[in-house]
Amino acid sequence: MANVLIVKELRAGYDDHEVIKGVSLSVEKGQKVVLMGPSGSGKSTLLKCVVRLVEPWSGEIIIDGTRVAGDNVDLRAIRAKTGFVFQSYNLFPHMTVLRNITLPLEVVKKMARDEATKKALEVLKIVGMEDFADRYPLQLSGGQQQRVAIARALAMDPVLLLLDEPTSALDPELREEVLEVLERIAKAGMSMLIVTHEMDFAEDVADWVIFMEDGRIVEEGPPHEILWFPKEERTRRFLRSILRKRLA
Amino acid sequence: MIDTFLFILDTLPYLLGGVTVTLQLTLVSFCMGFVLAALITPTRLFAKPPLSWAARAYVEGFRGTPLLVQLFVIYFGLPALGLKFDALTAGMLALGLNSAAYQAEILRASIKAIPESQFLAAESLGMSTSQIYRYVVLPQAIRTAIPALVNEFVTLIKESSLVSIIGVVELTRRGEYIVAYTFRALEVYLAVALVYFVLCAAFSQLARVVERRFKIPGYERGGV
Repeated sequence: MANVLIVKELRAGYDDHEVIKGVSLSVEKGQKVVLMGPSGSGKSTLLKCVVRLVEPWSGEIIIDGTRVAGDNVDLRAIRAKTGFVFQSYNLFPHMTVLRNITLPLEVVKKMARDEATKKALEVLKIVGMEDFADRYPLQLSGGQQQRVAIARALAMDPVLLLLDEPTSALDPELREEVLEVLERIAKAGMSMLIVTHEMDFAEDVADWVIFMEDGRIVEEGPPHEILWFPKEERTRRFLRSILRKRLA
Repeated sequence: MIDTFLFILDTLPYLLGGVTVTLQLTLVSFCMGFVLAALITPTRLFAKPPLSWAARAYVEGFRGTPLLVQLFVIYFGLPALGLKFDALTAGMLALGLNSAAYQAEILRASIKAIPESQFLAAESLGMSTSQIYRYVVLPQAIRTAIPALVNEFVTLIKESSLVSIIGVVELTRRGEYIVAYTFRALEVYLAVALVYFVLCAAFSQLARVVERRFKIPGYERGGV
């Protein structure tokens, strides 16, 4: 099967502090890969490196057959076909929900206004936010904002969706609505690389789970294997801490 | 008491004549300052070293020296280099060049106040740097800048009184004239102060209306 994302021997960091210490992974077309690991393990940095929101030091990144790392790369074209959903939604607060979605369609994809509007309403419907098109982001709940952010990413018709802890900033009762939306999108066949601590979601949706610590992959495998029968002590310790937090 | 009141009432029309010049000074120098600031700020943020240093030196230079001295340099000093201005032009130049430095700082701070996450979101969608500034950063930054810019405008109204020293007949200078032939300094200068106060209050009020008009919906900023 064709890979939409290939990462080889990626190294990255901030200043002279190495955060990603040689990571390789791949996402096949339609595959859902979940990245787990304690905070500071480099998951978010890794995800941002994929579209060079953080500049990688070395290694290879290929999205949909196009080289991402290195010089002479049309980064904007690559980003335009790769959706990114942030932990804190990052909607543009001075624009309506609709405009948040039509703006990139118009200025990046060069769509006409009415075509962009049609597309925006279509994706808003997928996330159940079509009645909020004229609202402003700060008038919405966190869960609603995140659903709009997901719609904004979907509108670009991405070949790959990158999600950076999409539910971590949300209250428990708002998580469900976002997870439901993500599950629906996953079932529709979207290729996804997701950083999350949501175990149920990982189990239901993921095809592959990667456990990271300290900038390296500790172990990886199908969800039931990693989540229920982890081989590594570090993975076990981490999963236990998540479960404990959930039971508390 | 009645006498004082009538006296002030008598002089008021003459004083108010000075308001036109004061407002003219303020408006022209504010606009000049804004245009210059709109050039200085991007230079300071984006240009390569020699140019960005120059922008920074400009700001530090004008903020680090007294406006009165700047006014004297322009009005009394520059003629030595063959640059001669009439008092009103020199006054506008001094106020405008000075205000540019402060407005440049306001604009810079407002752009810096836009969270990194906004840039990341826009970049992740494939927007170019110029698109990010045009659609995402500047519309938000200018909203952040409005209160500080109005504050700068009000400051200019008051600072414009300094140019009376080089003989521009604005509000303060007219007050001085009345004092010169009535010797009633207390009443006259209090009346002058009152006129400044009303001007400043009016513009602050206007600013609140503007701010409310451009407020980001859902963003509750408590009014002062």
